[in-house]
Amino acid sequence: MIPLLVIIGILIVVGAWVVGIYNGLVRLRNQVKEAWAQVDVQLKRRFDLIPNLLETVKGYMQHERETLEAVTQARAAVAGATGMSQRGDAEGGLTAALGRLFAVAESYPDLKANQNFLALQEELASTENKIGAARNFYNTAVMSLNNKVEMFPSNIIAGMFNFTKDQFFELTDEGEREAPKVNFS
Amino acid sequence: MWEQIASNKRKSVLMVITMAILLAAVGYVGGEAWIGRGGGYYGLFAAGIIWLVMSLFAYFSGDQLYLHMAGARKIKKEDLPVLYNVVEEMTIASGLPKMPDIYVIDDPAPNAFATGRKPENAAVAVTAGLLRICNRDELQGVIAHEIGHVRNRDILLMLFAGVMAGAVVLLADAGLRGFIWGDGGRSRRSDGGSGQGQAIIMLVGVVLMIVAPLIAHLIYFAISRKREYLADASSAVFTRYPEGLASALEKIAAAPDHMPKVSRMAAPMYIVNPLKIKGDAMANATATHPPVNERVRILRAMTGASFADYDQGYRQIHGNGKGKGVVPRSAIDDVHAGSALRIGKARDLYRAPDEPTESVASGETGQPGERLAGTVAAAAMAAALASSAGQASAPDEGEPPTDAESPRHQTLDRAREVDDFFYRQDQYQRLECPCGAVLKIPPGFTGTQVECPRCGTVHQTSAFGSFALPD
Repeated sequence: MIPLLVIIGILIVVGAWVVGIYNGLVRLRNQVKEAWAQVDVQLKRRFDLIPNLLETVKGYMQHERETLEAVTQARAAVAGATGMSQRGDAEGGLTAALGRLFAVAESYPDLKANQNFLALQEELASTENKIGAARNFYNTAVMSLNNKVEMFPSNIIAGMFNFTKDQFFELTDEGEREAPKVNFS
Repeated sequence: MWEQIASNKRKSVLMVITMAILLAAVGYVGGEAWIGRGGGYYGLFAAGIIWLVMSLFAYFSGDQLYLHMAGARKIKKEDLPVLYNVVEEMTIASGLPKMPDIYVIDDPAPNAFATGRKPENAAVAVTAGLLRICNRDELQGVIAHEIGHVRNRDILLMLFAGVMAGAVVLLADAGLRGFIWGDGGRSRRSDGGSGQGQAIIMLVGVVLMIVAPLIAHLIYFAISRKREYLADASSAVFTRYPEGLASALEKIAAAPDHMPKVSRMAAPMYIVNPLKIKGDAMANATATHPPVNERVRILRAMTGASFADYDQGYRQIHGNGKGKGVVPRSAIDDVHAGSALRIGKARDLYRAPDEPTESVASGETGQPGERLAGTVAAAAMAAALASSAGQASAPDEGEPPTDAESPRHQTLDRAREVDDFFYRQDQYQRLECPCGAVLKIPPGFTGTQVECPRCGTVHQTSAFGSFALPD
């Protein structure tokens, strides 16, 4: 009788432990999902703001066709991107193209006096900040999940229930690292 | 971060217990004083009721009360898009479940506070003065500080602490009157029996009534001071740019306006003490905030933007890198791990590509107002620190002395020197245009030509020089 009770006791303890780790993994996975949704919202917002921006600057920046086209192309690349790393590349390219556009806009005083442009500029700058913040948050969440999936003993439970590591989201464009801030001539 | 919140909760419990004991003692003695022997239990009961009512009131409408007292009005995105955006950015950076409501106070004195009972229904209030003097980076630092209060659950703690301190003050006041006018005092006097024992008890009672409010205040203020450091650290973590808050604090402290209408109990809620009380010996014990110049120095001593970096900065300012830090160990370990994820330079991540930058090729004509205002304050601060190095205690609220007496050009030269020094430290290159503008080229610059923003002359990379060492 006693050995049976001991075995049952051990089973209950182990069961509770497994449930605890499983729930923890689920929580982390949901956190990652939620964090990604936030990144996605901001990226989409930026995507939607661009046609407006191009419409506003078009009249002023007729000699900057290349810059404007680069933004259009980068935006198209974002729309066509699939998968996390490709998306990261495309979004990084868009950040760089927008950066160049705003840098060039500095030399158009008429444009800089346009209220509509100023509002869009603030909106895009803020969206850029929000993307950065949301991305940071997402990457932290991914790291927590990945640690749990990889580390012992939670990796056993993760393997049993098919929890996989998630990918970091990074805007991998060299242009982004050195945000253009100078007027090239 | 979660550990930090947990430790906050534990401390709140401890504090609530201490305050409750104080409240009970005051209630009991007050009852004895009013009603006479055996009246203590009625006093205890009354204290309980008063506390309960006030707490419930604070929980359900304390935030509204504070906002109303401050004369704050709620704004929408259309009213102040930049402020709204900054709050939204910091909400995302901090991971709050919901964006706080935004209020603006029509007051020329720059200040800000956060309130609410939980992150889901928090509110952030800033004064019109703050919006006037701060640039976007600085505003971000201040808002991040307030969001830090929300995130660390300081707002509820402060709400309750304020209420309990208020209840103690109220009861102690009533109790003291009881000793003078109440039955207890009279009956004791006529009792005559064990006169001496009664007198001692009465003396102890009176002393308690006088001391209790002071103790309540001290507890309240002590809590609020520690919270300020933590919120500063949080601000640096959320913005990844401690300089924003540092320079905002400097501007706020240097502003001539105060907010005399703010009540003493509400003062600890603000980012910088709105009532500049200074000069008295009790200043340190009763200060609701750490001295501003100390907070600025800690922020400036940070080499990164994590909790660990803030802790390092704190220890550097308080005793040469040794001694106890101010951020809980667990928070440091936690966030330090996360900061390994930082991509590129922390600053660039939060600097929008379109912002006209002070750092590059803006010459002396760029935004002289903004840039110089900052550096003059920095220079003045440095001078103030040098002159007060001998004194152990820093001046309360650390107003940087204004250089109004000295000739203006001297101040500008000094500012420029300090400026140059930092550019040199950052390995910027220097280029003097024939038109008089000085271009500052960041170390990562890869182009071959630079156009002077003032006169339009195009310079070649080969013309770059370095910043001279200041004399």
